[in-house]
Amino acid sequence: MTEPLKNSEFGAALLNAGHQMPAGVIGPDGAPAPKRFNVYRNNVVVSLTEALAATYPTLQKLLGEEYFAALAREYIGKYPPKSPVLIWYGQELADFVESFPPLSTYPYLADVARFEWAWLQAYHAADQVALDPAALAEIAADALADIRFRAHAATHLLTSSWPIYDLLQANRFGACSPEDVDMKSAQSVLITRPDIEVVIKPLRSGGHEFFSALINGETLGLAAGVAMEKSSTFDLSANLSDALESGAFVEIL
Amino acid sequence: MKNKAMSAAVVAGAVATAVAGLTASAPAHAQAKEKCYGISLKGQNDCAAGPGTTCAGTSTVDYQGNAWTLVPKGDCVKYGVDGSDFALPDGRKGSLEELDRDLPKA
Amino acid sequence: MGTLGAHYPAFARPLRAGVGLKLEHLPEILTQKDQVGFFEVHAENYMGAGGASHRALDVIRQAYPLSLHGVGLSIGGEGPLDEAHLSRLRDLNQRYEPFLFSDHLAWSTHDTSYFNDLLPVPYNKITLSRVCEHIDRVQEVVGRQMLLENPSTYVAFEQSTIGEIDFLKEIVRKTGCGLLLDVNNVHVSCTNQEWDAEAYLEAFPMQHVGEIHLGGHAPDVDDVGRPLLIDAHDREVDAAVWALFENVIARVGPIPTLVEWDNDIPAWDVLVSEAQAADSILDRAVRAQDLKQVG
Repeated sequence: MTEPLKNSEFGAALLNAGHQMPAGVIGPDGAPAPKRFNVYRNNVVVSLTEALAATYPTLQKLLGEEYFAALAREYIGKYPPKSPVLIWYGQELADFVESFPPLSTYPYLADVARFEWAWLQAYHAADQVALDPAALAEIAADALADIRFRAHAATHLLTSSWPIYDLLQANRFGACSPEDVDMKSAQSVLITRPDIEVVIKPLRSGGHEFFSALINGETLGLAAGVAMEKSSTFDLSANLSDALESGAFVEIL
Repeated sequence: MKNKAMSAAVVAGAVATAVAGLTASAPAHAQAKEKCYGISLKGQNDCAAGPGTTCAGTSTVDYQGNAWTLVPKGDCVKYGVDGSDFALPDGRKGSLEELDRDLPKA
Repeated sequence: MGTLGAHYPAFARPLRAGVGLKLEHLPEILTQKDQVGFFEVHAENYMGAGGASHRALDVIRQAYPLSLHGVGLSIGGEGPLDEAHLSRLRDLNQRYEPFLFSDHLAWSTHDTSYFNDLLPVPYNKITLSRVCEHIDRVQEVVGRQMLLENPSTYVAFEQSTIGEIDFLKEIVRKTGCGLLLDVNNVHVSCTNQEWDAEAYLEAFPMQHVGEIHLGGHAPDVDDVGRPLLIDAHDREVDAAVWALFENVIARVGPIPTLVEWDNDIPAWDVLVSEAQAADSILDRAVRAQDLKQVG
């Protein structure tokens, strides 16, 4: 029997157009069949590009389909999926975009990608019942500063030097016009999913520090203090409303 | 770290305000699922679950564009940041060529 | 919410056509009841923890028989199976109680890389024993029989020493698995490999077939201009595939049949009319069977 063909050889040639087609791959006449082999190459690259586009529709819109496909080829070659579960594919794309020299003049794209990754993970996160605001009313007033919260499995927090919330609203969710985005503003966002629809909420001044501390298990009093230190206009009542209304937390600890 | 914490009285007041405001307007979470159950056609895009596997091949041909030399032509152009020009290595222009199924032997 | 061990209706094995579930069709599926006999989903698309996909599948499973079709086991791979993936498959089987569970005679993972395509396996003694070991492991972990699908292939291998049908028959004999006969794959592979499709189906071990797949393919040509069909699932089932299907059903009787349409997904009505075309062929076989029983 001929030396068995190694999948490693076949796989390497799939992801790298410069690689030679593995020996022994033939057509019905027994002759080497590179165009036939290329059907597999094409299937792999096109299907994974489509998978990335499904996770990152805004990034694709911002770059244009041609450029996105070219970027995806670079990325797929470096970071092929590690699992057949494609909702988990593409986590490194934001860092990849951030460090890809030809895109250095579009520094906000990496945060757009981080937003879209968090959105998809929230969409598929475990089902959990959001905290009922009435539960807070049952706690003694002098104990409130010491309570901690457990975050919902879908809760993600993002902070950016760019108007990340507006960019997504304009280019993905159609909630405002692309021309209305002020590139000079910096935004932080809370992403969560109290039921089956993903909720995104732009955070108020000090909100990122507040939510970040709560998600890390700090007490309500300390989280409020940290946020206050960062922002003199921090409004605890309004931020708490955001937390309860969005369903970002599931339990008081 | 301890000294950073907000006083218990202030926290209690803020909690009372937030809870009062929210219980007046009951959370709308319960309505959300109707969309994905397909009662509303409008909700379809909100139900996009991201990428899926396929057991099919594709007749779409991969165009081997080069991300190092192509220039983005999507909406990002609207958000030009500092006006600095896009630097193309060797001053080349991006090219778009169909994958040649006869070529992989290189 | 579907949880482990949820008890769904135990429907009779559907001798009707089903379709692949696409969430974009959900509005029509929920308002137009009973247009198809069952739904099939790709297991890998329901491996997230929760959310809308599971909620939708739960609703579907309450009203229809379900078939669970894996695309990512990499049964033809060189390395051991991914045990974490196997556990997820077992959990999905327990959670949704599908009437069928299947995957492909193909590989898709090597080392840690997953290629998202059904890659071809050379047929020889080494690969045969590897495939059988993998199927044994799948059936052991998932705790039920699996069906193995015949592939669409675009290339052959110098390293192959066994014919595809003998390879499949040996797998069935050694592992006790069943087969999923994809008639479009038969047409695609037979065209691409210059085999005779009628002879292929004549030799196919039909007594082990638990499900049939139908789907559309795209025409292309190879290096020297020979026809090369691509299993694209992006259009109606081809007339040649309908003819093969009709012959199979007339010969062996009704078998649950799935219409696959995964790319350029059509409106619900178009998919339903494909399923109805399959139903009319299946119905004839059901009636013939009934007559035989009466006589």
